[in-house]
Amino acid sequence: MNRLGELERAIMDVLWDSTEPLTVRQVGLCLTNRDLAHTTVMTVLDRLAKKGFARRERDGRAWHYRAAANREAYVTELMLHALDQTGDRSAALTSFARRVSDSEAAVLRRALESFGELPRD
Amino acid sequence: MFPPVLVLAAVAAGTALGAAALASARWPYRSPGAAILLWQALGLSWGLAAVGALAALGAVPGEHGVAGGALSGAAGALRSAALGFGPPALMAAARLAVLAASAALFALLIWVLLAASAAVLVARRRHRVLLSLLAHGDPKVPGALVVDHPAAAAYCVPGLRSKIVISAGTLDLLDSAELAAVLAHERAHLRARHDLVLLPFSALGQAFPRARLVRQAHATVALLVEMLADDRALRQRPARELATALLRVGTSGASLAPSGALAAASAVDAEMTARVARLLVPPARLPLPVQALVCCAAALLVAVPVMLLLFSF
Repeated sequence: MNRLGELERAIMDVLWDSTEPLTVRQVGLCLTNRDLAHTTVMTVLDRLAKKGFARRERDGRAWHYRAAANREAYVTELMLHALDQTGDRSAALTSFARRVSDSEAAVLRRALESFGELPRD
Repeated sequence: MFPPVLVLAAVAAGTALGAAALASARWPYRSPGAAILLWQALGLSWGLAAVGALAALGAVPGEHGVAGGALSGAAGALRSAALGFGPPALMAAARLAVLAASAALFALLIWVLLAASAAVLVARRRHRVLLSLLAHGDPKVPGALVVDHPAAAAYCVPGLRSKIVISAGTLDLLDSAELAAVLAHERAHLRARHDLVLLPFSALGQAFPRARLVRQAHATVALLVEMLADDRALRQRPARELATALLRVGTSGASLAPSGALAAASAVDAEMTARVARLLVPPARLPLPVQALVCCAAALLVAVPVMLLLFSF
C-alpha cells in the first residue's frame, strides 16, 4: 500500500475509534508517533471527506470530522459484495465457493466421508 | 454457392442450438479449457452472424463482402429514397430498415460490453478502497488480505493490482493445507485473467436477464472457469485439501443473508456438487486429438462469419 493509502487508513482508524467528532489537531495528536504536519492531516481528512468516508461539520471556528459510518458497516458492505448476496453475479470478483443449501451440505459431507476423510466441525 | 445471408442466418441459428447443446453436455468437465474456448467462439460467432445476416439482407452484392455490400447498399438506398415515392423508394426504405436494425444490434452488443466493463471497474475500485481501509495481512495466508468478519469468504479482486481476500471466518474454518489450496485456486484465477473470460457472458446475462440460454451460458462458463482454477491448484496441492476446503467454505453456517435469500440455491448446489465430485473422482481428460478438434471447430465458427463479412466469394 502506498503512503497516502496507509495514512488514510490510520486516520480512519482514529475516527472510527473516537466517539465524538474530532478536529484536525485532535486527529494529529492521536498520531503523534507519525510526526505528521498539520496540513498533511488536513489534506488526508479532506480526501476522506471527498470520498464519502468522513463527514465534516463546522463547530464554531474549527471543522470537526467524524466517520460517515462505523467500521462494521463498511466490513458488511465488503462482505455482501464478496459473498454475492446482492443478487446478481457480476464479474467484478471471483469467489472460491458459494454457500450450498443445508440438504446439499449433508450430501456433500457424506460424499467426502465415503472417501475416508471426516471433516472436522 | 449459397448467398451469404442464408449462410449467416444458418450460423446464427446453429450457434444458438450449439450453445443449448453445450450447456447440457458433460464432456466440458473433462477439459474445461477447450470447452471455454468453444463457448467464446459460439458467442462471438453468434454475434457476428446475427449482425451480418441482417446486414446481408440490405447489402448489394459486391467485391468487399457483406460489410462492403451493406455500406454501398445504404448509400444507394439513401439516394433512391431521396428520389421520392414509388416502388424503388419503398424498396430503399426497406433496405435502410434492415441495415439500421443490423447497426443497432451491433451497437447494442458493443454498448452492453462497454457498460458492463465500466460497472465492473467501478465496483472493483470501490472494493479496493474499502480493502485498503479495512483489510490487513496475516502470516497464515502470505500475499493475501484478511477482512475481520466471521462469515466464510475467499475471493479475488482481479485487475492490474489484483488482490486475494480471505475472511477471518475462513481463517478459522480451514487448516493451513486447505488455505494453501484456496490460495492456489485464487492465484490461478488471477494469473489466467479468468475474469476477462467471464465478463462478456456476465454482461450479456445482465443485459438480457430473461433469456434462458444467455443465463445458462453464463452459469456454465462460470462453473468451467472454477474447474479450470481447481485443475491449476491441483498441480500444487492434493485434491483432498481442495475438496475439504470447498466443502467447509460451501457449507459454513455463518451467512449474511437469511437462508432462502439466495436467488438460485439449487444452481449453486449443482455447481458445488459437480466440483467436489470432480475432485474426488477426476474424470479422464479428453484425448488430445479430440481437444484439437474442438479448437478447430472454435476457429471455424469465428472464421466463417468473418470471411463472409469481409470477402465476396
